[in-house]
Amino acid sequence: MSPRPLVLKILDVLAFLSLVVATYFALIYAPTEAVMGEVQRLFYFHVGTAWVGMLGFMFAAGFGIVYLATKNLKWDVVSVAAVEISVMFFFLAIALGSIWARPVWNTWWTWDPRLTTAAITELIFIAYFMLRAGIEDPERRARFGAVYTILGGLSVPITFLAIRLFRTIHPVVFGTAVEGQEQMAMTPDMRVAFVVAMIAFSIIFVDLFWHRIRIGQLHARVEQLKLKTMS
Amino acid sequence: MIEVRHLVKQFGPKTVLRGVNFCVERGEFVALLGPNGAGKTTFLRILASLSRPSLGEVRIAGYRLPHQAAQVRARLGVVTHLPLLYGDLTAQENLELYARLYGLTDFQARIQEILELIGLEARRHDLVRTFSRGMQQRLAIGRALLHHPDVILFDEPYTGLDQDASAMLDTILRSIAVQGHTIVMTSHDLARAEDLATRFDVLSRGVIAASAARHELNHTNLLAFYKQALTS
Amino acid sequence: MPLFLRATFAIVRKDLTAEFRSRELFSAMLVFSLLVIVIYNFALELTPTIRREVTSGVLWTTFAFAGTLGLSRSMAVEKDRGSLDGLLLAPVDRAAIYFGKVMSNLVFMLLVEVFILPIYSALYNINLFHPGLLLVILLGSLGYASVGTLLATMSVQTRTREVLLPILLFPVAIPVLLAAVKASTGFLNGATLAEIWPSLNLLIAYDVILSSAAFMVFDQVVEE
Repeated sequence: MSPRPLVLKILDVLAFLSLVVATYFALIYAPTEAVMGEVQRLFYFHVGTAWVGMLGFMFAAGFGIVYLATKNLKWDVVSVAAVEISVMFFFLAIALGSIWARPVWNTWWTWDPRLTTAAITELIFIAYFMLRAGIEDPERRARFGAVYTILGGLSVPITFLAIRLFRTIHPVVFGTAVEGQEQMAMTPDMRVAFVVAMIAFSIIFVDLFWHRIRIGQLHARVEQLKLKTMS
Repeated sequence: MIEVRHLVKQFGPKTVLRGVNFCVERGEFVALLGPNGAGKTTFLRILASLSRPSLGEVRIAGYRLPHQAAQVRARLGVVTHLPLLYGDLTAQENLELYARLYGLTDFQARIQEILELIGLEARRHDLVRTFSRGMQQRLAIGRALLHHPDVILFDEPYTGLDQDASAMLDTILRSIAVQGHTIVMTSHDLARAEDLATRFDVLSRGVIAASAARHELNHTNLLAFYKQALTS
Repeated sequence: MPLFLRATFAIVRKDLTAEFRSRELFSAMLVFSLLVIVIYNFALELTPTIRREVTSGVLWTTFAFAGTLGLSRSMAVEKDRGSLDGLLLAPVDRAAIYFGKVMSNLVFMLLVEVFILPIYSALYNINLFHPGLLLVILLGSLGYASVGTLLATMSVQTRTREVLLPILLFPVAIPVLLAAVKASTGFLNGATLAEIWPSLNLLIAYDVILSSAAFMVFDQVVEE
């Protein structure tokens, strides 16, 4: 295994700094929201983590397709890395959203499209890991995993639309709210904090993603050495 | 008929076949010997187009695998230690299904012929579920012969057969062999292969370790040949 | 007839012949569906007013449960005597095999549904014979069977086998079930077509997108 490349070392520092900066912008720089109060500050982290979780999920399906086309196991390592990071960030997004929802909606959980879709996405990830756990042959494990991420990637947006047929109370951040929804009004300062959070979490994502891929490569190497010593 | 060059098959970090070279002429009956786990089944599955080679070239009847798999499949009959049949269908219905899948038309006469060859005419309308292991294996051979394949692959066809059924299988195999089919049969049992094959190849540690024609060997030195191939 | 269709129909034919003889799958699915309905009857206290709201939900969960039962059995049969390899050895497009199995699985689901609808109608005195509802059942079952067939083919090749199928299938089949429930409720409560259209639309979109994706990746789950 090669030592950490310089770019990755710089990225590690950058990721840490951007978390500090994002925290400053969210907790100090941004003004307190008039209706929701201090708890609204969670919003910056909530959207940041959710965005990164979604990104990871799309990466997983994308690299799944690349794996099926090339049959090179290194893409499977990348795809698994994306799924794992995505699971963690989605979990954070759901938890943060839940803490925010308690005072604002007066409940920990509602069956809102975004929340429910996030939860179902987590279930798809859990099913994905159970599928992989049930297969010994690494090549078949990679193939089936890739197929499942593609199916998941296609069904999740339709799930979101399907749940919206039923109901929604989640505030609309982008675009205009349809009837019965509240529009979240952002002051310019809030917008800055929002953009900072999005960039910060993107950097953190890339950093973690890279580390996770390296771990996956190490793991593959260990498997190989194990086989060599056994034979 | 069969040409394999530098065939490598890996399952993730595990390399099962490490550069197999293997050629079979038309009309040869090759017994592929080797201990369990030597990669015989993997090799045969690649020839059968069920598994893709990681590296190397495989040609059957002039067609390349995996790109021209459909052409290869149409010329290939495969018998494994599983019968590849449906228990809730009769012998006749099983053969009809495969006749349709192979695109045969007017297949009733052919099915009749096959049933006579494998001696299951009287049981043609019985469910395969009620057949003995030996009868299922005979029907499996009938299924593999249905579409007049040029090449027939047998993967451990004697597994789980009693003495009578094995003797019956011998008779059928001999009658197929004289018809000029190209045959590859894997076996871990030397005695079984001995009477039928025209050539013996030994697959060991992922390569063909030795190869000898029928006339070079006799009953006494076959075992010595096999043992030497495994240790070399 | 082109070889593709001939192969597809040969597979459907052998599945139906075998099933007609043993009735293994059908009877298991039907009895299971009836048990689910009985359990719902008490679990939900299906009084006339509640019934109007929950009928389509009860029906679709019943169909989904019975569907997984049928799907895993139908693919396990292919693995039993190695017959899936037998199909793969034939010189036919893998998509023909996939289509054949989807058709068989769809027919099994529809058969059970055809029995369940009048029984449910009689038990609860609700008229379920609305042409719109039948259309929703056809579309919903099609989407469920096409994704389910792909996932069942995967799950029978894993160590955990049948146990895994519902876990893999339910999270990706949620859109079909939700849209089907919504559309069914609409038809049963006499909503206008304009109100039902969004869910019907979604159902069709899911069927088209997911079954073409499943169709494209099927050879990846059967070929090594």
